[in-house]
Amino acid sequence: MTINHNGSAAGLAVEAKNMNVYYGSFRAVKDISLKIERNSITALIGPSGCGKSTVLRSFNRMNDLVPSARVEGEILFQGNNIYAENVDPVEVRRRIGMVFQKPNPFPKSIYENVAWGARINGFKGNMDELVEQSLHHAALWDEVKDKLDQSGLSLSGGQQQRLCIARTIAVKPEIILMDEPASALDPIATLRIEDLIRELKKEYTILIVTHNMQQAARASDYTAFFNMDSDRAGYLVEFSETDEIFTNPKHELTEQYITGRFG
Amino acid sequence: MTSTELNTSSESVVFSVADKGEMPGNYAARKRKNQIMEGILFLAILMALIPLALILFEVIRRGASAMNFEFLTSVQNISLIREGGGYLNGLFGTLYMVGIASLIAVPLGVATATYVVEYSNSKLVPFIQFFTDVMTGVPSIFVGLFVYTILVQGDSIFGGFSTLAGGLGLSLIMIPIIARASEEVIRLVPDDLRNAAYGLGARRWQVVMQIVLPTAASGLITASMLAVARAAGETAVLLLTALGAFKIVPELLGSPQAALPLIIFNEARGPFEPAHARAWAGALELMLLVLLLTLIARYIGRKTQV
Repeated sequence: MTINHNGSAAGLAVEAKNMNVYYGSFRAVKDISLKIERNSITALIGPSGCGKSTVLRSFNRMNDLVPSARVEGEILFQGNNIYAENVDPVEVRRRIGMVFQKPNPFPKSIYENVAWGARINGFKGNMDELVEQSLHHAALWDEVKDKLDQSGLSLSGGQQQRLCIARTIAVKPEIILMDEPASALDPIATLRIEDLIRELKKEYTILIVTHNMQQAARASDYTAFFNMDSDRAGYLVEFSETDEIFTNPKHELTEQYITGRFG
Repeated sequence: MTSTELNTSSESVVFSVADKGEMPGNYAARKRKNQIMEGILFLAILMALIPLALILFEVIRRGASAMNFEFLTSVQNISLIREGGGYLNGLFGTLYMVGIASLIAVPLGVATATYVVEYSNSKLVPFIQFFTDVMTGVPSIFVGLFVYTILVQGDSIFGGFSTLAGGLGLSLIMIPIIARASEEVIRLVPDDLRNAAYGLGARRWQVVMQIVLPTAASGLITASMLAVARAAGETAVLLLTALGAFKIVPELLGSPQAALPLIIFNEARGPFEPAHARAWAGALELMLLVLLLTLIARYIGRKTQV
């Protein structure tokens, strides 16, 4: 089925409602409710193992690929629950794209890396144009325009990650999920990715998992702070505007975490 | 000795004072033990390589003296006693049957491996793995008997010794080898690539056909070559399926087919010197054939990588 564009809550890109994720019998995250605004950048922060990546991967059903994983509750994307029975996870992933922690370009040419996703999704337009446009948006075009036929793996780590972003943009998603996209990069490449993320929010809604407090504070509009309770299930402690979280956190745990006293 | 080792003599010069405390280090003793172990390993490698090197040396020495233009370009001499003639019929038959076997075994073997790795939550997978393991261990004469019983003995148009029967027999040898080796190769494709593809909205078959298999291509070619080399030297299967022939046999069915190892077997077991010389040349030819095929496969494998 096609997810319809009507009936979506005004200004909301995606919303998690009482979401629980299990790996087998282990509950990894519990009772997550989160409203993500359109064209915003939301940072998911929290100590290691608190389930923020699990939450992120639930937003485009990547957890379906883990055999033991199971999601309860709802994630509403344009008014429809993406976990409803008649929803095709492949369509969800096309419309809610993902950038991973480690740059993972395909062992194909730079051009083919960008074109592949569009092609398998039946893109009918001008492929050359799409590739150029996507690479422009990912702030990579000027660096690679003369070597589009070279392997994507020949690029530097930061360039590879921007190539992965270009590849994601090329299938025209509405939301982009980023799982610590800069954690494998050097500080300069990290800043370039952050600039790029801010640029991208004009057209996309972005959710980003990060371990880097400065990154969350610098790059995001909203911040969701997760923690792990005594049975190791992750839960949402506080969700608010980033300024609010970093200057005036409501919860003591949040304050302790952002000031580096645990995690 | 690596550059990270500070201790260059039995007694440390630089750190001798600090080392005498409650952490004596035993550097000299540990170093000696390390060297002894290294020596043992080296000896083991040497002993494993000696027979290999001897075989190679002997095949080249004896084969080269009997190898000539006539041997490479003419068919078999019917007489074991007389000099002359070559193994062209055997070379043709071997290439023909290994070709047929590859056409069957490479797709089936790679498909099996793909299923085992990419559909690993299927309940069938443990059974498939068990049977490919068992098939790898089946003596090749059994495989020959199997094809002999169901095909060669039959009255159908597939009956009798033939190229096809030989090719089928060889494919049964090759399938489990390819399946097993390909499985390892496909497992090596990083999950990151699969996730990236799924994340773009790819179907599983698109991920498998366009990302996983192309990424594994060069390894899959190597896996297939392993099986081709094994099949090219296979004799027992062919005794019961191809039988052998003295001429070049282009027919797929209805006529026995020649093969290099079959001719080598027939000419080497008799007491006749001219036949022995040819058998050595045939062994060299077979070895060079496998080497050549491997080199070609490597070249193609490298071409497929971006």
